Amino acid sequence: MTKVKTLADLKKLKDKLQEKVKLREKGLDAENHVQIKVAMATCGIASGAKVIMEFLIEELDKRNIEAVVTQTGCMGYCFAEPTIEVTLPGQTPVVFGYVDVRKADEIIEKYIKNGELVDGIIPQNYETIDNN
Amino acid sequence: MTKYKMHVLVCGGTGCRSSASDLLLENLRTEVENHKLSNDVKVLMTGCFGFCEKGPIVKVMPDNTFYTQVKPEDAAEIVNEHLIKGRKVTRLLYENPETSEHVGDSEKIEFYRKQLRIALRNCGFINPENIDEAIARDGYQALGKVLTELTPEAAIDIIKKSGLRGRGGGGFPTGLKWEMTHKSKGDQKYVVCNADEGDPGAFMDRSILEGDPHSVVEAMAICGYCTGASQGLVYIRAEYPLAVERLRIAIAQAREYGLLGENILETNFSFDIDIRYGAGAFVCGEETALIHSMEGLRGEPTVKPPFPSQSGYLGKPTTVNNVETYANIAPIILKGAEWFSSIGTEKSKGTKVFALAGKINNVGLIEVPMGTTLREVIFEIGGGIKNGKKFKAVQTGGPSGGCLTEKHLDTPIDYDNLIANGSMMGSGGMIVMDEDDCMVSVARFYLDFTVDESCGKCAPCRIGNKRLNEILDKIILGNGTEEDIDRLRYLGAVIKDTSLCGLGQTAPNPILSTLDNFMHEYLAHVIDHKCPAGKCKSMMKYSIIPENCVGCTACARNCPVNAISGERKQTHFIDSHICIKCGACIERCKFNAIVVN
Repeated sequence: MTKVKTLADLKKLKDKLQEKVKLREKGLDAENHVQIKVAMATCGIASGAKVIMEFLIEELDKRNIEAVVTQTGCMGYCFAEPTIEVTLPGQTPVVFGYVDVRKADEIIEKYIKNGELVDGIIPQNYETIDNN
Repeated sequence: MTKYKMHVLVCGGTGCRSSASDLLLENLRTEVENHKLSNDVKVLMTGCFGFCEKGPIVKVMPDNTFYTQVKPEDAAEIVNEHLIKGRKVTRLLYENPETSEHVGDSEKIEFYRKQLRIALRNCGFINPENIDEAIARDGYQALGKVLTELTPEAAIDIIKKSGLRGRGGGGFPTGLKWEMTHKSKGDQKYVVCNADEGDPGAFMDRSILEGDPHSVVEAMAICGYCTGASQGLVYIRAEYPLAVERLRIAIAQAREYGLLGENILETNFSFDIDIRYGAGAFVCGEETALIHSMEGLRGEPTVKPPFPSQSGYLGKPTTVNNVETYANIAPIILKGAEWFSSIGTEKSKGTKVFALAGKINNVGLIEVPMGTTLREVIFEIGGGIKNGKKFKAVQTGGPSGGCLTEKHLDTPIDYDNLIANGSMMGSGGMIVMDEDDCMVSVARFYLDFTVDESCGKCAPCRIGNKRLNEILDKIILGNGTEEDIDRLRYLGAVIKDTSLCGLGQTAPNPILSTLDNFMHEYLAHVIDHKCPAGKCKSMMKYSIIPENCVGCTACARNCPVNAISGERKQTHFIDSHICIKCGACIERCKFNAIVVN
């Protein structure tokens, strides 16, 4: 990693990274790129999020689905842990709660492969500040 | 394989279910089938939309149509009009209360979202172990702005004007605190982050550190610049291993990028952060005790003044702020004081993170603007009380706070209103209680905690709280008198007045506020020797209804203390002096012959 020397550098870096995140979210290869975030705070991990994350990474790979699986912090839906957020290319993110291995499998087969929503969706009920 | 063109989402939250959303779902599915749309439209149930007041909610995707107060008989119309003909059913659309206009697109519904996430802006969004994702979301921009465009005085002024108050509980104005340290003279100053979150049921700070540690790292550096400190210290309890790990990674990554260390962004400002582990003593959340603990001394508070801003860590001027307070700093710098002070109430600006726990459906972490009412938090965002029970009270402020009841539900939540109602903001734990909770036991639970956690330095807290606890025990065991209630009140007031630190000064609060709001429960315990919630075991009396007893001996054989006597095929009898109220007999009795009252 190189040092960020000036504020201008930092702004440039931000733009570059934003572009990268956008690329990851929207995807150059828009047809096949799926993004999944797994809520991995202590509460999520305690409810089994680690197993789900590993399962998703392995299974998506086995089933030849191009996807980026990342960890993130608490989404706030402690009552429904483990929770994951799935973003299909060009679509708004969808959060699924109570994800066990079976549910994860169903999400891959139905939602990720066919865009068919499955039970267990948690509607986003908050606004966040736009950072721009 | 089928590709669905449309999805119809029906809210399956408890609130909506109680207004027949299950039947609505059934009807929608039937209608969809009847119109042979099953291959194109999928109807499914979702979690709570957090808008229970207007439930049941139906959302149609992908056009984002948001229907409110939908009845089971509306299913046919939605399918016929919307799904088949593509015309939204206007009368069911959300109606903007101000303009009476029907809003079709849920993105445009202003009042739909009660939550606003500032401190939690990146939680659940970025990968906390990757600084790049934080930077892509404006991480460290505020630090850059402060270092290159603002003097420390100007930056402090922004924080002061924003009206931000400490989120750890006391609510002291953050800008003022920074200014005090800024003005204090010292060759070395320190910035401390208080991550010693210890209230039962509170997990706001842990979630922020686990989800967005960079927001804290950046804000500490900003605070360092403003106050003239070059060293930051995070005091975090060792019980939070994941938060510690993520914070450690964040600090290391910030150092690699040169966002911590010498001459940050080519300015002459240098700043670094170290972690100090706490052993998990509640009193160390008090800033003077926290500082002593970091110095390697006993975690005991000392009298203020001198305030840490004058003489803190190692006798040097020190700013101590809570995790959530820091998490608010960067957005204030970037978006301005006016933006922040436009959110919230007159004296409490911005938002507050709450950890919702207890007998509530949507246990979780929420962030709402100050001034949101308890009713909105508990019944809309929280989805109401579990199992359809009746709401009884909500405890805010943890062991230092008090209980708020039904009559406080419409009070806007802010620092001053909570204090005026006998509780306090605290760090943001909110524990919801229902009709089955005994308020005397709740008070005892919190007092047990403070008695355990008292450091023992001053007599009122060490001895007084112990005595309060004993009196509560006496009442719970059914031996209390009315004089005991007076004693609780008197002793509680003395402890509040005479204790050394915040822990002792607030320890009697759970008792005093339950006395104020639930005196009838205390009286029921001491006069009628009854626990209205049926929680206090000693008040229970197990007895056998002779008409139902067939003399099968199942109860007697399973009683661990041989409190039940009776011949085979004869009515049995429970000796209440021996009975320990374990309930084993009730479980075994097949004839409903044993009752508790």
